Amino acid sequence: MKHTIIRKPCIASLYCLSTLFRLQSAELPVEKARMTAPPRVPPAITRNHPAKVIVEMEVVEKVMRLADGVDYMFWTFGGTVPGTFIRVREGDQVEFNLHNHPDNKLPHNIDLHAVTGQGGGAEGSFTAPGHSSKFNFKALKPGLFVYHCATQPVGMHIANGMYGLILVEPLNGLSKVDKEFYVFQSEFYTEGAHGEEGLQPFSMDKAIKEQADYVVFNGSVGALTGDNALQVNKGETVRLFVGNGGPNLASSFHVIGEIFDWVYPEAGLIANRNVQTTTVPPGGAAMVEFTTEVPGTFIMVDHAIFRAFNKGALGMIKVTGEEDHEIYSGKISDSQYQTMVNSPDKPLLLPKTNAAQKALTLDESIEAGKTTYQATCMACHQANGLGIPGVFPPLAKSDFLFEDIGRAIDIVINGKQGPITVNGKNYNQVMTPQNLTDEEISNVMNFILNSWGNEHPGQIDPAKVKQIRAK
Amino acid sequence: MNTKHFLILGLLSFPIFAGEVTRQIELPAGTFVPLMKNMDAIPVAAFQLDIHAVTNAEYLAFINENPKWQRGKVPRILADEGYLRHWASPTLPGEQAPLDAPVTSVSWYAARAYAKWKGQRLPSLAEWEVAAAMLPEKITRQQILTWYAKPLTHPLPDIFSTQETTAGVWDMHGLIWEWVEDYDSLALLSRAGSDETLSALFCGGAAAGASDPSDYAAFLRYAFRGSLSASHTVAGLGFRCASSPKEPTP
Repeated sequence: MKHTIIRKPCIASLYCLSTLFRLQSAELPVEKARMTAPPRVPPAITRNHPAKVIVEMEVVEKVMRLADGVDYMFWTFGGTVPGTFIRVREGDQVEFNLHNHPDNKLPHNIDLHAVTGQGGGAEGSFTAPGHSSKFNFKALKPGLFVYHCATQPVGMHIANGMYGLILVEPLNGLSKVDKEFYVFQSEFYTEGAHGEEGLQPFSMDKAIKEQADYVVFNGSVGALTGDNALQVNKGETVRLFVGNGGPNLASSFHVIGEIFDWVYPEAGLIANRNVQTTTVPPGGAAMVEFTTEVPGTFIMVDHAIFRAFNKGALGMIKVTGEEDHEIYSGKISDSQYQTMVNSPDKPLLLPKTNAAQKALTLDESIEAGKTTYQATCMACHQANGLGIPGVFPPLAKSDFLFEDIGRAIDIVINGKQGPITVNGKNYNQVMTPQNLTDEEISNVMNFILNSWGNEHPGQIDPAKVKQIRAK
Repeated sequence: MNTKHFLILGLLSFPIFAGEVTRQIELPAGTFVPLMKNMDAIPVAAFQLDIHAVTNAEYLAFINENPKWQRGKVPRILADEGYLRHWASPTLPGEQAPLDAPVTSVSWYAARAYAKWKGQRLPSLAEWEVAAAMLPEKITRQQILTWYAKPLTHPLPDIFSTQETTAGVWDMHGLIWEWVEDYDSLALLSRAGSDETLSALFCGGAAAGASDPSDYAAFLRYAFRGSLSASHTVAGLGFRCASSPKEPTP
């Protein structure tokens, strides 16, 4: 009797609860998930209650541009690299439909780091080409999460572009900002060297050795530079959802000339203030927020800087608006520097002079110019003279160079800023004035004009440089 | 009806493979080392294997004699909606299915029925892998992987268009996927035993359990097979037949 008395209410309440739960599930309003292609982010969720959210994600294997002249067979979520950005709300019941396109060669699945459950959905979404899978999950924890394909060999599926971000908004939403963008770093391993043209197959050897040929934001070199730069007005607040797919390399994410007001490291919900560079590991993410105080082009880099210079890890945020010289003046003056201290064991540097030197033959000049090139020019224009597509213009077979060699000499002397078009491609970078003598400039010009297939009749002599300098 | 189809077949495919018996080649006994370390090496007895995948022309002959395997007549439970999708009609392959290209978009049930009709069988996973491993030295794993860096073509290339193994079997890599009799043996093993084998199909766990974690092409094949059900059809998935040596008459 006692037992019955005690148990009855329990059973009753259990029954009530389960009925309630069932009712709630059944009554959840149904809506399509908010999804966008990078670098766009779906608008913030305004409802204040959970919903059943339907995600339709198509896996497509397709050839796209990796860099200028370089194609790659990407395996994609939604046809883009990174994959479609998904935005849901904490507590939502998500129905995930994964469709594997019939023309695909391989089975695929998805492991969402937002999922609590075996494989993050991998086992529930494992799908042969030409088929679809469905699984449900509850968005238990808010945060910004990476998703990726987890089909064997996982490294290859990730290396070929199968990753993206899903944002689970906290119940109270994120703070309001003016602009949100989706920036995702990853690296590619190709059979050919960096820049080698044509359809480049995945290199298993390089991937295992972690020797990436390309480190990029949003799936290709130049995906976020030039015309593709992120556009912001001065004074606006910006939030970047930054993910890293790897497969191997952690990102030291940095925006040149900007300090992050807030960073949510590892995309958790505890924020850090006034951060210069934040680490985003493979399979991890971060949210960074800042206000744009001054106009300019702010370069996003992986501050492991050779990746930015030589492998493509560059993006741009263009901020337009009025200058504020109190915050940043720009260059105010440029004058000749004589050393301040006349150290006894180090004689005062005397201005270099050309007077006593004998004239060099063309071959001697080219040889001397090569040394100058390696010390001064190569970091940007590269050993092969091809520059970095979309960032540093080529000198090899450059129409801009040969159109006006005097202008080129002037640029070496005085520097150059602003947009130019080289071999049909637009560039917008700064080249600083080079502190070289007339002799050194004539030598380096002779080297440039006679290397990498370039040919130029006649020799540039120091007098010509002097003449241009005098203008 | 049948006569008419054979006539068309004869006209279209003359003079190549149609009508001929696919030549099989005898492969010596060997050992198959499974990708997963926790699985024992499997001895493989000598067997006969088709030197090329079953072509559209050959499959058409099968359909003509077995009209119940025509597209539209096969119950869903034996072949999904994609069955022979690229054929021009239920009885004609057409432009997207050249007669000398391998037949694809066929289910495991269909492939088995074909093999049975020929008095043969599908190769076992172990047999197929042993045959596929007999690569000439000049073929590297990286070259095999390169197939995945190219989109699937429509129509598919003809048989004999990739490379030959040292035993004289063609197109084991780089043309199509192929059904095997026990394509789901990996999953079966895991169901019988621990969860480990199946979970090894996903995420990083695999590397710890693999006998050769750098054999990416093998991982791809295992994952592919693991994604299939017997009624599935896939645009790049076909088959070839095998048979056991005839028992000597006592």
